[in-house]
Amino acid sequence: MDALTVAELSKSFHQRPAVRGASFSVAKGETVAFLGPNGAGKSTTMRMIAGFLEPDSGNAFINGASILSHRTLAQTSLGYLAEGAPLYLDLSVKAFLAFLARTHGLSRATTKDAIARVAEDAGITNVMSNPIETLSKGYRRRVALAGAIVHDPPVLILDEPTDGLDPNQKILMRALIKRMAQTKAILISTHQLDEVEAMCSRVVLIDRGAIITDTTPAGLAASTPSGRLDDAFHALTRAEKAA
Amino acid sequence: MIADLFSDAKPALNTVRAIYLRELAAYFLTPLAYVFMTIFLIALGAFTFEIGRFFETNQADLSPFFLFHPWLYLVFLPAIAMRLWADEARGGTLELLLTLPAPTWSLVLGKFLAAWTVAGAALLLTLPMWISVNWLGAPDNAAIALGYLMSFLMAGSYLAIACAMSAAAGNQVVAFVLSVAVGFLFTAAGLPIVGNALGPVMADMLASFSLLTHFEAAQRGVLELRSLVFYLGFIGLWLSLNAVWVSGRKGG
Repeated sequence: MDALTVAELSKSFHQRPAVRGASFSVAKGETVAFLGPNGAGKSTTMRMIAGFLEPDSGNAFINGASILSHRTLAQTSLGYLAEGAPLYLDLSVKAFLAFLARTHGLSRATTKDAIARVAEDAGITNVMSNPIETLSKGYRRRVALAGAIVHDPPVLILDEPTDGLDPNQKILMRALIKRMAQTKAILISTHQLDEVEAMCSRVVLIDRGAIITDTTPAGLAASTPSGRLDDAFHALTRAEKAA
Repeated sequence: MIADLFSDAKPALNTVRAIYLRELAAYFLTPLAYVFMTIFLIALGAFTFEIGRFFETNQADLSPFFLFHPWLYLVFLPAIAMRLWADEARGGTLELLLTLPAPTWSLVLGKFLAAWTVAGAALLLTLPMWISVNWLGAPDNAAIALGYLMSFLMAGSYLAIACAMSAAAGNQVVAFVLSVAVGFLFTAAGLPIVGNALGPVMADMLASFSLLTHFEAAQRGVLELRSLVFYLGFIGLWLSLNAVWVSGRKGG
């Protein structure tokens, strides 16, 4: 059974389709890149999978639980890093992570260990007592990621996890995602094509709300004479626009 | 179905507790709760002593004190509740909350209970008034205790309206204005001037929905079961609307 299954998800805003029948799946141990131009429907699809937006039709299953009929159960197995990494700025990093651990039902002892683990993983041990509002964008993004994995979920949805990170932080983040990929199913939205090649085993390309292709990074690159991912991305999304 | 309800109860209660503690921290780690309580107590004192002429009534009771509670709640409580959902929408953290493994009602309840705790703390700080009347004379302490209980429930009612309006409006200023307006309707419905204008039958019907009417019996020292039920039902109704409006945001 796939850890994450997306089945014919559709969503319109004011009669304008944002996502049209999106279907794909992610198995445990897989890191799938969710690519597309701005406004293609990536974040809308991720929000529907995470249960923040209700689809007009279709469904998503996280560890077999439907996000529509068993939302709470499905969300128990999910770690979600939303676009923009929303955080409670008035809380300290530690208080924020403790808050999320509590909402996931972690006991006091487990919470302490879990916070120590994710702080180490995300490289934020030196800012645990700092109010989040005093942190840089890169640190905030890492705090948000730590929050998404504090309950050690089997499925991760990460909406532009490396956005705003400097090159060193990006290397750390990629290493963390690669480590987690061994035991989790991960769906990543990104605009960084070098990241796709470095981390992802599959690519799902979406444009104007529809899935165009679902292949490996090498397969996608091979679809153009240059054998480059950016050329393939450009050709496929441009071709869709011209159609 | 019932088994599902109970299996969901524990994670939901975890969330109620987590949200409650987070909101309490937001109130007490910032000046918000202290400013609210200070100004509320000053205003309550001014109304009780200056307009209610507490000392000039020559009676050992707290009638002049309780008299102004509905009107002060009407203005002050929306000020502490207007941020509860509007802030989440503005800061993007609504997405964080709604993707937690918790039913919407648990989020609503956690936030409401935190705001109600702040209101209750403000009410507790008026206890020196109670001590004072006992020092000055021999009041009916059971009636005063009842007044406090019903005042607390009434505060919950105004807060429930404000929480719902915060969720519906998604903007603090609009939420405040709407809360005061809706709260005023449910207060003024029990005023004699409204009753006189509408005739006895209509007046009685309207008054039965007034937060003011149900508080008046308690001020006389009478515990009316229907008032208890009214306040609890009123809170439940507005919290349900709150949950509906929060869930409605999932539609996009």
